[in-house]
Amino acid sequence: MAALIDIAKKGRKADAHRPWPRTIVTSDAWRLVVQQLVEARATMIGLWGDAGAVHLALIEEPSGEIGVFTLECRDGKFPSVGALHPPAIRLERAISSLYGLKPIGSPDARPWLDLGFWGVTHPLGKARKTRGAQAPYAFLPVEGEGLHQIPVGPVHAGIIEPGHFRFTANGETVVRLEQRLGYVHKGIESLMAGASIEHGALLAGRTSGDSTVAYALAFAHAVEAALQVKVPPRAIWLRALMAELERLANHFGDIGAICNDASFSLIYAECGILRERTLRAAEACFGHRLMMDRVVPGGVAEDLRSEGEASLHQLLKIVRDRFPELIEIYDNTASLQDRTVTTGYLAPTLARAFGAGGYVGRASGRAFDARKAIAYPPYDELEFEVPVRDDGDVNARVWLRIREVEQSLKLIDQILARLARGPLRAELGKTGEVREGLGLVEGFRGDVLVSVRLDANGAIERCHLRDPSWFQWPLLEAAIEGNIVADFPLCNKSFNCSYSGHDL
Amino acid sequence: MRRLLLKNLLRRPVTEIAPSPDDATLAELAAKLDRAAQRRLGRSLAIREVDAGSCNACELEIHALNNAFYDLERFGLRFVASPRHADVLLVTGPVTKNMREALERTYAATPDPKWVVAVGNCAVDGGIFAGSYAVTGGVDNVVPVDLHIKGCPPSPTELLKGLLALLEPVNQR
Repeated sequence: MAALIDIAKKGRKADAHRPWPRTIVTSDAWRLVVQQLVEARATMIGLWGDAGAVHLALIEEPSGEIGVFTLECRDGKFPSVGALHPPAIRLERAISSLYGLKPIGSPDARPWLDLGFWGVTHPLGKARKTRGAQAPYAFLPVEGEGLHQIPVGPVHAGIIEPGHFRFTANGETVVRLEQRLGYVHKGIESLMAGASIEHGALLAGRTSGDSTVAYALAFAHAVEAALQVKVPPRAIWLRALMAELERLANHFGDIGAICNDASFSLIYAECGILRERTLRAAEACFGHRLMMDRVVPGGVAEDLRSEGEASLHQLLKIVRDRFPELIEIYDNTASLQDRTVTTGYLAPTLARAFGAGGYVGRASGRAFDARKAIAYPPYDELEFEVPVRDDGDVNARVWLRIREVEQSLKLIDQILARLARGPLRAELGKTGEVREGLGLVEGFRGDVLVSVRLDANGAIERCHLRDPSWFQWPLLEAAIEGNIVADFPLCNKSFNCSYSGHDL
Repeated sequence: MRRLLLKNLLRRPVTEIAPSPDDATLAELAAKLDRAAQRRLGRSLAIREVDAGSCNACELEIHALNNAFYDLERFGLRFVASPRHADVLLVTGPVTKNMREALERTYAATPDPKWVVAVGNCAVDGGIFAGSYAVTGGVDNVVPVDLHIKGCPPSPTELLKGLLALLEPVNQR
């Protein structure tokens, strides 16, 4: 397991990158790093561009050791990671579209996120104005007898985010799904550049609204690591409380919505009630249903309101009273099980290779949870289990969420019992030098990674936010293969990837 | 399952009394809407939601309108799958450049008379995302807007107030 450290010794250590080291390496050492991924000795947790450089972040499991490696790109080129390790392909395509840095040897040179409407190319690199239409996007060719294509989106039938799905089907069976995303690309990383830390926190909290707490927390962790700020204990506990409430609300919503996509509206209605009650409790506690902008770098923006604690106890009581009954119905309804069991199977080998986080990874045997793997406070002091299954179907992803709801309830009990009085926020202060930080936080969907570089005045120079969906979307293409077209909504909902978090 | 259904029959419903639309919303509508068009639509409105680049928080709260607490359908308001069935487009997000064409096409596919309701602060003027190379900065820039519902995200109650305002002049007749 010493491999990453050995490679790091050969490179030049970046001065102020915390809490894990960043190493600037030669292209030879870069290849060694990539080899770690190919040989499954480490998992990729991020690959992003910068001015004239690319960064690759890896984690060794189960040690939780994280390393960031940087390759400076001479002539705007770097040796492709995706050529050897396919999970990197989309990330490289995004780097290429946003920064204009070319992955040499990449098997897929098509743009990603850039759909040709921005009026500029490489907006984060050497931006150049474009005029007129670009060449139409080349979807992957499909050949064979009796195949037909079904284009879906970007505007979908439900109240969901936009994205394009190109199905190739043989009769009812999906032969290939190809995704085209980027429709909700807002240029968040360009807005981050030059922003104050306070403004950056607002942007981070609006990267994917369903994970606003997780994003704000990952951003805060990165900034606090960079500035070496010690967060007051009460703030740490309150942050965990918000994170678990967010997880509960989303899992209730997902369990209900998956059942609804299998036309079982009873559980949908009941879970909708539980979700609403959770959001109302969150509002009673922190004054915002989704708890947006409540986690801030240095601590939390406001204290638990006086009426909050009572509403939490009431919520826990209601959930414990009602939820088991719903699980029983889920487990004992044959028509529902008929839809979810064996549907949308994701092989554990793929989940591992892609480093799929959250319920997608854990339902396919990848026992990774940032709360355990790097055990950031207060989770190092809390008792909880990380449920894992290896059956990898829609049913497994439902059960994973059910088990995680139970764990979150246990966590909230413990948090409430240990919540002590104290200050809520630490001063950030100025350092007078360039500082870098990395945050990795477990959102409801999986691990959110945030990397920041702050200039000497404390303004954001570069901030990269990586949604767990980057490593889940491609797997949905694999999971749907061989299923019927009509089961796509079910499979899609069981993944529930973020469009906005991915598109940025 | 039968036990749960029976229990639910005996429990009090969770559905809440509707909030009344606020004056500002009604004033914005009165200035913009053709009452004749409104009369033709009567008390039933079909809504097509279009995410034009939101962070998905607005979608979560719009979704909540369907839960038992708000129960949108009791007012004759319902979400439909196609713009061709819609009277109202509920648009969220700062309208990314990548979604501009899709929004224009959705608008074109919606039969007249139609209304556009822009939901959320970034749908008003781009909000926090204004100024980016990737956004047009507000729904107004792409399709005509009849009503703005502000908030980040607006709560289901705020959404309900806005949507009920669309029906209000009809009710008064």
